[in-house]
Amino acid sequence: MKKSWVLFVPLAIMGLLFGAFIYRLTVPAETLIQSQWINKPMPLFDLPPATAGVEGLKSSQLADGKPRLVNVFASWCIPCRAEAPQLEALKAAGVPIDGIAIRDRPDDVAAFLRENGNPFDRIGSDQQSSVQIALGSSGVPETFLIDGKGIIREQIQGVILAEQVPEIIAKLEAMK
Amino acid sequence: MRVRLLLATLLALFAVPITAQDRLPPAPYAYQQLRDPAQEAKAKALMETLRCLVCQGQSIADSDAPLAGDMRHEVRTKIAAGESPDAIRKWLVARYGNWVTYDPPLDAATALLWFGPLLFLALGGWLAFGRFRRGGTDGESEI
Repeated sequence: MKKSWVLFVPLAIMGLLFGAFIYRLTVPAETLIQSQWINKPMPLFDLPPATAGVEGLKSSQLADGKPRLVNVFASWCIPCRAEAPQLEALKAAGVPIDGIAIRDRPDDVAAFLRENGNPFDRIGSDQQSSVQIALGSSGVPETFLIDGKGIIREQIQGVILAEQVPEIIAKLEAMK
Repeated sequence: MRVRLLLATLLALFAVPITAQDRLPPAPYAYQQLRDPAQEAKAKALMETLRCLVCQGQSIADSDAPLAGDMRHEVRTKIAAGESPDAIRKWLVARYGNWVTYDPPLDAATALLWFGPLLFLALGGWLAFGRFRRGGTDGESEI
């Protein structure tokens, strides 16, 4: 009789399992897939210009001693428009920014830059997302912090918010 | 502050899925098979075990997301260039983590899946052995 509590152990285990299932059904797992390609050199690439009047982007240009941002964006990406003011603010603070346009057309990129401003020194056109995949990036917009040696130090997924701007400037400053 | 947080959450929600809004045609090998049937079979088998990053319940073989199409193009191009499916899987895992493969390797996180059944079988065997050894009367009177 003294061991009668043992009888309730299976019920308790079932209860815990049931609770876990309910929890995961109501609170889905984190689905943002972070790049594992961090603290590694930029993959080798040589992308043609995404639009007339702006230079294309080569991976070798990203190791010139200056820490910088590489922004993965697209003209068809609505949140990228919301990010434009923050990129402008970073540009104004002297941060070099290069762009990689995903699955984009020259006319569309030109229109995007006309409407939202152009904070980019260079924009490479990645029409088959091959550089995006090589970076472990899973969406747009994403921003990579690159140190002066061309090593990727951090990935920011989604839109850069206004309050993140000073933090990003400080991080790039620390890489110098 | 609350408005900002709401805005941030909304933007974060928008940022994740790349819906098919781009106006480019699919990459050449997104919907086209390789000429060599043996190579295509290898590519197909591999693509069925790679997870789409956008529509996350599907393999890249099943998904119509543009990024999945570009990943199929990447896989078929690499297979055509003579790379082994294993090497391609490793290449992708190095970028997206084990999340991207439907054939996860044996490591600390998956050990329980592999050894759990053996563990439970051993536990069951031990319990059963204990009951048989004690004999019918003892066991029944206790429970």
